Amino acid sequence: MANKAEAHWNKTRSLMFLTLAIWFFFSIVIFMFGSSLNNASFLGYPLAYYMCAQGSLGAFVILIFWSSGRQNKIDEEHGYGEDD
Amino acid sequence: MFKGNFIDNLPKIYGTYTGGFLVFCLLMALLEANGVSAKTIGILFLVFTIAIYALIGILSRTMQADAYYVAGRQVPTVFNGMATAADWMSGASFVAMAGGIFYGGYTYMAFLVGWTGGYVLVSSLLAPYLRKFGCYTVPDFIGTRYGGNFVRACAVLVLVLASFTYVTAQINATGTIASRFLGIPFELGVWVGLISILLCSMLGGMRAVTWTQVAQYIVLIIAYLLPIFWLSNKFGFGFFPQFMLGDEVARLGELEQQYGLVKNSAAAVKSAGVPGGLKSISVSHSGVAEGGMAAWKFISLAICMMVGTASLPHILMRYFTTPSVKSARRSVAWSLFFIFLLYFSAPALATLAKISILDPNLATGIIGKSIADVQSIGWVKEWIAVKQAYIADFNGDGILQLNEWFMRGDVIVLATPEMGGLPYVISGLVAAGGMAAAMSTADGLILAISNALSHDVYYKIVDPKADVAKRLIVARILLVVTGAFGAYIASMRLTGILGSVAWAFDFAMSGLFFPLVLGVWWKRATRQGAIAGMLLGLGAGTAYLIYVAPAFMGQPPILGIDHLRFGLIGAPVCLISMVVVSLMTPEPDAKTQAMVDEVRIPSGRTVL
Repeated sequence: MANKAEAHWNKTRSLMFLTLAIWFFFSIVIFMFGSSLNNASFLGYPLAYYMCAQGSLGAFVILIFWSSGRQNKIDEEHGYGEDD
Repeated sequence: MFKGNFIDNLPKIYGTYTGGFLVFCLLMALLEANGVSAKTIGILFLVFTIAIYALIGILSRTMQADAYYVAGRQVPTVFNGMATAADWMSGASFVAMAGGIFYGGYTYMAFLVGWTGGYVLVSSLLAPYLRKFGCYTVPDFIGTRYGGNFVRACAVLVLVLASFTYVTAQINATGTIASRFLGIPFELGVWVGLISILLCSMLGGMRAVTWTQVAQYIVLIIAYLLPIFWLSNKFGFGFFPQFMLGDEVARLGELEQQYGLVKNSAAAVKSAGVPGGLKSISVSHSGVAEGGMAAWKFISLAICMMVGTASLPHILMRYFTTPSVKSARRSVAWSLFFIFLLYFSAPALATLAKISILDPNLATGIIGKSIADVQSIGWVKEWIAVKQAYIADFNGDGILQLNEWFMRGDVIVLATPEMGGLPYVISGLVAAGGMAAAMSTADGLILAISNALSHDVYYKIVDPKADVAKRLIVARILLVVTGAFGAYIASMRLTGILGSVAWAFDFAMSGLFFPLVLGVWWKRATRQGAIAGMLLGLGAGTAYLIYVAPAFMGQPPILGIDHLRFGLIGAPVCLISMVVVSLMTPEPDAKTQAMVDEVRIPSGRTVL
């Protein structure tokens, strides 16, 4: 029991760190380079403007859907799955 | 028509509601075409939508604690996402955000990143674990995890401070909209707004607030998106403006070059008689300032808003209402999706509003035209009359320059349909949307405050033997008192002193973020550590705020950390003091450690 819970928590924690690393990239790292990114363009928008207008926002939406799906898999693998 | 239970029928019910609302909009358009006055249409929009919310609120009445505090824990994933989105998007998001981008450009858009990125923290660090815990309120988690009434009271203190800062701004917004569209004085509008808010929440608590918030989300998102699509298609900029305004953003850059971005001196603005709070465009729309300080200001604001988001109790408590831990997690994703629909449209709205008055090639353009002509345009006249817009001919040439056109940022969204020459029915719709946004957030906040006071202070600390009926009556009395106090403060127009909505995020981040997160993620965190963290974090943040805020001591900010970012002082102090004190005190007992283990496992019964 204890081992099962521990294995589950280790996986959960790794997923949390991975998710937050991606979050850190899209929320902070790219905006450290805002002025140089803005020389590039995407869909006709300057890139840094695009990222804060919708790029990073969309990335967060996808990231949460993805990580909640991964977490469900982890829960099921360890026998902690829930019925809807 | 609706067989079976209420929850199974939700898609049908809200589908019918959405259809009914669209029919109502068409009816209003017909009335306008037949010569009914703009004022009547504005009143009909507000009265009709508020009546619907009140009806939902009354139908959802309850005398059960589970239904009152957590909507019976049966709100389906997607609907909880919509309710959270309405709970989240306040008057600030709906009314002020596009105006902020209009004037602040890229720099302001740190708010967009901050107000969305925080949900990643909510979903990975907090929401599923708090749901598993099975608490009624956020201080309930703190009080049970760390044990003791004092630590619970500290959490209530932070909650009340953060939520109350936020709620007066919302009641203020409902008052502004009610007074403008119903034609009553602002002081009265505030109380009309409050009564509408209380009608939604008083009888049914969280259950009523949930189902009105879903209805409010539907109104506010239609009201926000419809004018954007309409304007973009009308001007031929593209049928899906969010992805197709690249050329217009570039064109704005050219026009800024052509007109020149001039920052008027404060003295010139004052001597020209520009009413307070009005601004002219002086910052580039999409340009990014060079240098480390500019990047740091952007990032630091985004960090404060993100961490603050993950500590705001009225948002966290929405995830207590889902049927399972899995659905709480999934529901965060849906919340952010519904929020994203509005947030990724705000820059498009700002771009459209800006280009429609800046571009001389468009019929709606006003910059570069003769001032006499501009002053005879209907919407310009109306907004100037209510001191929300102003023209100052600094160089006396009779031509309107970019730096001579002043407008209040908060009215950009309300005025855009008229600027772009859309029929008035759209303005009425936008007013109803703004009202829905402010009301839904106010409801969530007032409920968060009064639930903490009734559940954590009254039931857990003052009178643990009270029966359910008595608790729920106390909860309602506190709800009305909280709301009335908020409306009283709002009616005194102290918001300039109470400061900006951003303060709520900094307060929450200073006092609550680390005690919540470490409560789940660090077994070693102790009661004494949590108390030290909350009090010292909140104390340090507040002291710095008083030091730096222009309304108080107004000292120059250290390292660019101004009054919008004081959480950057409070939160680290909170973390350090919590870790140090926790390590100095004996580790939590076996029972508490087992409780933390239990919280980390998604399946099974709730902990409480």
